Amino acid sequence: MAVAPVLPKLVGQRTKRREDPRLIRGRGTYVDDIALIGMQHIVFKRSDVAHGRIRSIDTSAAKAMDGVEAVFTGAEIAEFLGPMPIGTPFPSPEHRAVAVDTVRFAGEPVAVVVAADRYIARDAADAIVVTYDTLPAVVDLELAMTGKPTVIHPAFPNNLAIALVPSGTGVSADGSTVDDSAVDAAFAKAEVVISQRMMNQRLAPSAMEPRGVVAHFEPGKESMTIWSSTQNPHILRSFIAALTGLGQDRVRAIAPEVGGGFGAKINIYGEEYVTAAISKRLGIPVKWTEDRSEAFVATTHGRDILGYVDLAAKRDGTVLGLKIRLIADIGAYNMLLTAAIPTLTMMMANATYNIPAIRTTLTEVFTNKTPTDAYRGAGRPEATYFVERAMDMLARELKMDPAELRRKNFIKPSQFPFATQMGAIYDSGDYEKALDLALKNAKWDQLKAERDAARAQGRLVGLGLSMYVEVCGIGPSAALPTGGWEHSQVTIERDGRISATTGASPHGQGNETTFAQMLADQFGVPMDDITILHGDTGVVKQGIGTFGSRSQAVGGAALQMAGAKVKTKMAKFAAALLEAHEDDLVFENGMISVKGSPASGKSFASVAAYAYVPVPLPPGLEPGLSDEAFFEPSNNTYPFGCHISMMEIDRQTGEPTLLRMVAVDDAGNLINPLIVEGQIHGGLAQGIGQAMIEEVVYNEDGQLMTGSFMDYAIPRAIDFPRFELDATVTPTPVNPLGAKGVGEAGTLGSTPSIVAAAVDALSGFGVKHIDMMLRPEKLWRIIQGGQQGQGGQS
Amino acid sequence: MISTPFEYSRATSLDDALAKLGATKGEGKFIAGGHSLVPLMKLRLSEPKILIDIARIPGLSGIREKDGKIEIGAGTVHHDVASSALLQRACPALSDCASEIGDPQVRNRGTLGGSLAHADPAADYPAMMLALDAEIQVKGPAASRVVKASDFFQGLFTVDLAADEIITGIQFTPVKSAGYAKLHQRASHFAIVGIGAALNVKNGVIQSARAGLTGASSHATRLTEVEKALEGKPATSASVEAAARGAGAALEDINSDIHGSAEYRRAMIPVFTERALKQALARIG
Repeated sequence: MAVAPVLPKLVGQRTKRREDPRLIRGRGTYVDDIALIGMQHIVFKRSDVAHGRIRSIDTSAAKAMDGVEAVFTGAEIAEFLGPMPIGTPFPSPEHRAVAVDTVRFAGEPVAVVVAADRYIARDAADAIVVTYDTLPAVVDLELAMTGKPTVIHPAFPNNLAIALVPSGTGVSADGSTVDDSAVDAAFAKAEVVISQRMMNQRLAPSAMEPRGVVAHFEPGKESMTIWSSTQNPHILRSFIAALTGLGQDRVRAIAPEVGGGFGAKINIYGEEYVTAAISKRLGIPVKWTEDRSEAFVATTHGRDILGYVDLAAKRDGTVLGLKIRLIADIGAYNMLLTAAIPTLTMMMANATYNIPAIRTTLTEVFTNKTPTDAYRGAGRPEATYFVERAMDMLARELKMDPAELRRKNFIKPSQFPFATQMGAIYDSGDYEKALDLALKNAKWDQLKAERDAARAQGRLVGLGLSMYVEVCGIGPSAALPTGGWEHSQVTIERDGRISATTGASPHGQGNETTFAQMLADQFGVPMDDITILHGDTGVVKQGIGTFGSRSQAVGGAALQMAGAKVKTKMAKFAAALLEAHEDDLVFENGMISVKGSPASGKSFASVAAYAYVPVPLPPGLEPGLSDEAFFEPSNNTYPFGCHISMMEIDRQTGEPTLLRMVAVDDAGNLINPLIVEGQIHGGLAQGIGQAMIEEVVYNEDGQLMTGSFMDYAIPRAIDFPRFELDATVTPTPVNPLGAKGVGEAGTLGSTPSIVAAAVDALSGFGVKHIDMMLRPEKLWRIIQGGQQGQGGQS
Repeated sequence: MISTPFEYSRATSLDDALAKLGATKGEGKFIAGGHSLVPLMKLRLSEPKILIDIARIPGLSGIREKDGKIEIGAGTVHHDVASSALLQRACPALSDCASEIGDPQVRNRGTLGGSLAHADPAADYPAMMLALDAEIQVKGPAASRVVKASDFFQGLFTVDLAADEIITGIQFTPVKSAGYAKLHQRASHFAIVGIGAALNVKNGVIQSARAGLTGASSHATRLTEVEKALEGKPATSASVEAAARGAGAALEDINSDIHGSAEYRRAMIPVFTERALKQALARIG
């Protein structure tokens, strides 16, 4: 027998994404590409006022138009669709997918048109006449907390969705008892206290593919298929089943190609419920496609949280205590995870430091804006930002090197697993190693000399450094109401090819590649023989979804477990064929053979064929090679890293330019470093975007001022320097892969390091903190103020 | 984009375009690159019933030198202006200006004529047209005419162009010692403030100067006080710094939006005037 070619091990290799050729060549199938016979099209009529009572809706002209199938007002929809559920245990006002009597943000749906095509539907929506009794709008979160000028939900006085939730040192697990003595003592002992109000501004997630839904209810089968641009088809299935009254066995949810989600496609939206309910009501397939203008108002926003941060320390830099009062502007309604996102900010307040006493409190406030929910990082970038900005201010106050201040306060490697003041158990970490590598790669001392030389020439150049630690790989089922496991089924097909499912529905994470790499190594077969199936509850039996940087850490572990089960069974079939003991077999180079004698082996395909026509059937075995696994992680993972920025600010105009971006990220073991770098690039891009050019702005009337890409800046290649990436590897013990998750990491360390660099650049003007985004005018005003302070020199 | 319904036809010549437009009785619009019109149609702020595509009219695009002047066809896309060897040699500031418009997608579709006809208050070209003292070539059903740039831009989205006329191109005497400097709005890459400047220098003395401002007011405007301050001055940094210092001081009604207050824009006018003038100085050969 010819010797089989040697297959290289793929895990750890920079394998190119197998998804890309079809995506780059426009051969992906997205929701909007799906067309069904008899399909009608939905367009939503949306409120153009931010707050008002609906006085009247006249749909007669719309209904009379040729091609219009049906028009529903909110009240009519409410006859066959219940209020929207949320996924958190917090109290929440009733929220109808289509407003019934009151609108609470500009863009809230007030009526739905169903028509033969999108164009007719849009024209009909324009023909609906809605009159409002306009109410005052409130867009400022601290003003909203006074209950003036308006209360958005009568059952929530002073617009408080959550009045106050405490967390941290001295707070009982259920939050019912609060002992402030340790925190008070820490601040009483302090030799220096840093206090700063910081705003982490509202962002628009802006996935390249806006949302879309196709719902197809088949009356004869009493079953529903729903295609949606979602990160979690199984969760979508559960909620659609609940709201349509169909069982989960009668609903199939499909996330075809999904063009980015960034957390905003976790939420199950009103448009999904309405599209499904109308399909069921009318007994026809219907489609809704979000346009870009709609996405700015109808897709959840991210961040928008205010922090009052107090940091207590000794003059030698030892941090004694931390207090953060968080006030989150959640917009007009609670969505699926809205209320929970800021709790992650509390959870990560311990950062990378051994802080003996921490008190955080959280208040959530309704305003007349688009609701917030998860956005890449989802609560953790906010925590990182608040703590790291305070650490930077402390370093500046103490005239300490920002790296040395961090080093002095790190949780030490010997302290892991580390129980934080916030109730988290950090799995593993070596923060100093990441810091040292970042300092080395940036040539920190040389960089400081370069900065000083530039300043001597009158240039405004600054350096910023930030650590981060994130909670990823979410998580144990106690951490998620859906369950925190992930599921996979691995099947060796009759021809020896492998198909494997994952419930972690990827939408840009590259799991078709990384999971195939893993199975190729596990079974010793070429990657080309493997197909990863996902995103279809009719094919993937169970799943939770992709968010919280969990697909590799949790989904990958489930895949490996399922693979191991199948491999064990396949070894039994091979052992029967080879008359060997199953424990003596190796799977490599497309062969299964006795260890040490590859020439005697059987081809992988021939063993697969035997398993499906098992003559004779080995005793104790069932035919076939297919098995599944659920993986429940014992804990979350806690990846970390260090980001260093260098910035120059134009003295005349205030325009900031990012000169250097050095990142060291530790995501544990890496399956595919190329894909990991791609994820970090994307995260950095969005972090730099938040720091420098992205901000959702409303005017006082609640009208969105950044309703298109003409006014809302999406970061582009021209906005970045070359990213200088590196990694340390500290595996996690909580899953068998040792992988921690990396999808969000780039958004964490970047924002505080960039703002620190801007503050450093402008330190000569007496500034200690600058809120994001770093608008040129804002920086220019600091420069102007400073110059006036120095006697009006130019 | 879901606009209101419209019909579409493609014009084969200028005369055909004008005839087709006339036949729409005021309900038609020309479309070339569509980068000004389509966003308005998307928002249903513009609802033309008929679109007449002028992008493929033969001879409407191109950059050529003729009798010491340069002519640029109205259908020329920004990228072609930015990358023109002729312009980079004879009038590099105009190439620079085009290279800073929008993003690569915009520069490969948007046209010179479209930009001038639409006259967005933050568009880049108008400032440069003023600086180059360009003439806008306009054709109507009965006759053709030429309008000086300084007469062309009249107000917010308002130019000297009748509803039945079309811009066919521009012509100008190329000036090597010119510059364009702008403060980018980071989302759209329109100009928060943009300045085009051109110097006519003989024997080290500025004979005359022209400067055009965009982004800061309702429409592109000449900075005559800067022009006057430079006349007869030595072509030095000190001269342009002095002249730029008061740039825009006399302007009223400065634009203000989320990207920059009126106060900021006002302060940026001298900064970018000086930068544009220094580019021009550096090109005196």
